[in-house]
Amino acid sequence: MTHKLTQGDHVLKVDTLARVEGEGAMHIVVHDGLVADVELRIFEPPRFFEAFLRGRAWTEPPDITARICGICPVAYQMSSCLAIEDACGVTVPEELRLLRRLLYCGEWIESHSLHIFLLHAPDFLGYPGAIEMAADHGDVVQQGLRLKKAGNALMTLVGGRAIHPVNVRVGGFYRLPTTQELRDFRPTLVRARDDAVATVRLVSGFDFPDMVQPQEYVALRSPHGYPLEGGSVISSTGRAFDVGDFGRHVVEEHVARSNALHARLDGTTSYVVGPLARYTLNHDQLGPLAREVAHDAGLADECRNPFQSIVVRAVELVHATDEALAIIDAWDGASAPSVQVPPRAGIGHGATEAPRGLLYHRYELAEDGTILDATIVPPTSQNQPSIEADLRAFVQARLDLPHDELVRQCEQAIRNYDPCISCATHFLDLTMEEQ
Amino acid sequence: MAGDDMAGQDQKRPKLAVWKFASCDGCQLTLLNCEDELIPLAGAVEIAYFPEATRAVVEGPYDVSLVEGSVTTASDAERIREVRRVSRRLITIGACATSGGIQALRNFADVAQYRSVVYAHPEYVKTLARSTPISEHVSVDYELRGCPINASQLLEVLAAFVQDRRPRIPSYSVCVECKRRGAICVAVAHGTPCLGPVTQAGCGALCPAYSRGCYGCFGPQDTPNTQSLADRLRVLGMDESAAMRIFRTFNAGAEAFRAQSRRHEEMAP
Repeated sequence: MTHKLTQGDHVLKVDTLARVEGEGAMHIVVHDGLVADVELRIFEPPRFFEAFLRGRAWTEPPDITARICGICPVAYQMSSCLAIEDACGVTVPEELRLLRRLLYCGEWIESHSLHIFLLHAPDFLGYPGAIEMAADHGDVVQQGLRLKKAGNALMTLVGGRAIHPVNVRVGGFYRLPTTQELRDFRPTLVRARDDAVATVRLVSGFDFPDMVQPQEYVALRSPHGYPLEGGSVISSTGRAFDVGDFGRHVVEEHVARSNALHARLDGTTSYVVGPLARYTLNHDQLGPLAREVAHDAGLADECRNPFQSIVVRAVELVHATDEALAIIDAWDGASAPSVQVPPRAGIGHGATEAPRGLLYHRYELAEDGTILDATIVPPTSQNQPSIEADLRAFVQARLDLPHDELVRQCEQAIRNYDPCISCATHFLDLTMEEQ
Repeated sequence: MAGDDMAGQDQKRPKLAVWKFASCDGCQLTLLNCEDELIPLAGAVEIAYFPEATRAVVEGPYDVSLVEGSVTTASDAERIREVRRVSRRLITIGACATSGGIQALRNFADVAQYRSVVYAHPEYVKTLARSTPISEHVSVDYELRGCPINASQLLEVLAAFVQDRRPRIPSYSVCVECKRRGAICVAVAHGTPCLGPVTQAGCGALCPAYSRGCYGCFGPQDTPNTQSLADRLRVLGMDESAAMRIFRTFNAGAEAFRAQSRRHEEMAP
């Protein structure tokens, strides 16, 4: 189909969005040359984590909630640990906090390189996928695979394995890596940091469609550096609140077309979490190398073009590899792999920055540690209204494009968010309807 | 008819398809995590349908289908029959596809109540009362266990199917791997409850090597004596409720684990 959509009524649809994590679709209705409706449909079936967490023990959420997402299990493990520890009044010692941060750096490296090279770069370079891209850009794909492998290896080193790490527990870890194991990993990380710097150069040279995102940006702000594990919530309009108040500010709505819940912040229609929000609100906390490459890549202090999220992810790759090296170089062991977290009745909140954005957990515990209630707000359900708003503006400005090209560009626009549908279901299908 | 479509394809690369049902994506991610083997693999087989990796779709039928995830909706129960119809060999990968996954915890509860806990408008959500493995719906040529699956085992199974031989995947317990690895028995030495004696090998005895008890990611081994292990778990201080929960996680729907968790549930106060 090559007809244009400026006249009459049309539907753009993609029934299975490719190169996203999980199952979703896009459906856009154009009525007399005006975009009438945009829906991101999440048909990933519901799995009911929040329901079956009820009645489980306070020690179980790290292993159970990891299974929400094979791409970012550490995010679920970290947010759940923080929430349970908050309910029990425990804070882990500094060295365990740093080891968590090291593990989380591994997940950022793995997840960001997966998205940059295997899921998103093919859009910019004009291929259906990375395997097809490898025929013409073998070095680029190899660079991406090398980075991804380094991230997975770091997760394996600290977490035991890359998908659903076994070494994380409420209170810390089961086993500490030895100083020698960490030191031995140094050369892999140095190579990864070089690859990450080269990645920023590569992706900053891509062509970016013009687009300015008007939404409010929301991210964590932490005294411990660029936001990863913990901190409080801030926004581009000056909102600031503790993670414990998240539920008072963010309300999840259930809409008919989606098995994901849509999050709203203080009654506003949409807000954005993820790399652009993190970078815009926390660029001052990037390491010197990441700041330098961001500057060289032409990124201003605020980045509001969602298509440039791939550049920000690459900058975050530099930061994650650099910080992982710093943690390893300063590592002097820990007195114990974990601290005791005795249960008590109460409510705890935890939020960390998953690769896709802020991930919030809340647990209510009985005196013996039985979970009475669980709430999990993943990044993609927070971003879904913004993805739809972006698409609406994007499609309206491009109705003169041939149908197939417009659909392809819409898919690229959705991938700007690295949507994780598996996470959001508790989440995505593109169809566009001409009425 | 599907067989006729396959005729004449012997000289071509086998066509591989990857399908997703209710799951976390971790098992299909395992394929992308074979960083060193991915490009050579794409040379040996034609990656014909793999939406997580490419928007290009090559029409079926497919020589080998990898299926991730469990069946939890009426439309997925229909879709898996279509996948079977277009697949010469169908291999299920991971705990969701082989036993129903963590989402099979609904099988022990009232799904209507689950729906109302998570969703404000339960009527918008279409779901079945039970999460079921693929084998409950269609014939399956091979089941690869794990939560997540092991990458080496996945490559072995793919190689075996391309070479038309049986995969070399052990069905003995984690204990065997633990001894081979030279890990200390956490149950004997530390009194840590461990599912290793009744859980199929495949992870490399990861948890004991990290000083924790096995929690059953690979599901029951060939001939599991769960009752004998349960007696031991009691000695190690587990009450009925904790014993029920340890059998009721990612492979809760696997028969041996399901039956044992029921016994503990019935005995719990």
